[in-house]
Amino acid sequence: MKAPAVDYIRPRSLAEAVDLLAEHRGEARVIAGGQSLVAMMNLRVASPALLIDISRLPELSSVSDDNDGVTLGACVTHAAVEDGRAADPSRGLMPRAAATLAYRAIRTRGTIGGSLALSDPAAEWPAILTALDAEVMVRGPGGLRSIRCAEFTTGIFETGLATDEVIENVRIPKLSPDARWGYLKLCRKSGEFASALAVAVADRARGHSRVVLGAANGAPLVLHETSRLISENGRGEVREAAAADIGHAADRHFDEFQRNLHMVAAMRAVQQVLQ
Amino acid sequence: MTATRVQINGATIADDVPPRLSLADFLRERRNLTGTHLGCEHGVCGACTVLVDGEPARSCLMLAVACDEREITTIEGFAADPVVAALRRNFHRYHALQCGYCTPAMLITARDLILRQRAGSEREIREGLAGNICRCTGYTNIVTAISETAKELGREASNA
Repeated sequence: MKAPAVDYIRPRSLAEAVDLLAEHRGEARVIAGGQSLVAMMNLRVASPALLIDISRLPELSSVSDDNDGVTLGACVTHAAVEDGRAADPSRGLMPRAAATLAYRAIRTRGTIGGSLALSDPAAEWPAILTALDAEVMVRGPGGLRSIRCAEFTTGIFETGLATDEVIENVRIPKLSPDARWGYLKLCRKSGEFASALAVAVADRARGHSRVVLGAANGAPLVLHETSRLISENGRGEVREAAAADIGHAADRHFDEFQRNLHMVAAMRAVQQVLQ
Repeated sequence: MTATRVQINGATIADDVPPRLSLADFLRERRNLTGTHLGCEHGVCGACTVLVDGEPARSCLMLAVACDEREITTIEGFAADPVVAALRRNFHRYHALQCGYCTPAMLITARDLILRQRAGSEREIREGLAGNICRCTGYTNIVTAISETAKELGREASNA
């Protein structure tokens, strides 16, 4: 179908974008790559009155790399991550995962900030950035604030972003040289949304280990006991721990098939981490 | 209406467009560039793939207004492109199309795979084509045509 009628504006600064959002409270949507939003408009699932195009604001496409981390502007595309054109704090995890995200013709336009802002439960970045313990920097009328990625996505298409706030960038801590990661996306066809998605990160030098499931009927699901075990390189009980972690998530209402799928994804990601 | 100026296949086009108009509809209905096809209109089938600033993109998921000052290349713009010329020859030779609906976007996607060196194996080509749906061929001949083109161009490059 065709998108419904809409107004369009391209602000000259992020401050102007925030003002416009505040002025059109709830009626306006920010557009960057538009790879989900325009599809939703074409399907008439979304019908904003105004689109605020932030895709050309230079501050949102910037990448900075310092000793401890990498800051990716919200409008950095999946393809830029895939190609290594954006600095990689994750020792290969992010480029590897980016290559599994939809199709190249989507990745060239879709952005990391857009993926977070929408927080489709099956999306890759919310789970991966939770595993990497990234921070989302959010600009609103009151200035800039930081939200831990693990708290940013609050549910299915739900985030901590207020209606007058825009994601400015994501700050991702660097993995240590001896850190290990695992990533597994299960889907019937390459590029589809995941049926199950698991990310495991074990960075013992930094004392950070985390196993996270995506496509988990809600926000990315952190498997706490499994995360603790991989930090100790424990092997024997990992399967039991993962089963218990998934079993505890009663609010996700997994059926038996989904539980099995998540277990397979989690265990394969964890096996890539354990030495 | 929003004043928009785009480069299409090398020509500068200025037009007032309603913001809801997709790049695909702009190309087809206002520029009569009907080689860009629309299948699903939500980014899944790939039939509307064009180049935006040299990179493949879904023209059904881009608003024409958002293409202001950008360069668009549609299938009609590849007449002088050597990679597409070789692909066209091999699509013909290996019978890589039946109804032809997906073909313009297959050629654009295949060209991108070859130029990014992602056409080195059958697996790589099949992964790269996952976002372009063909309902006739079963893909086998498309994969062969792309693979043969990549080899051909690789041989030419090493002989040069």
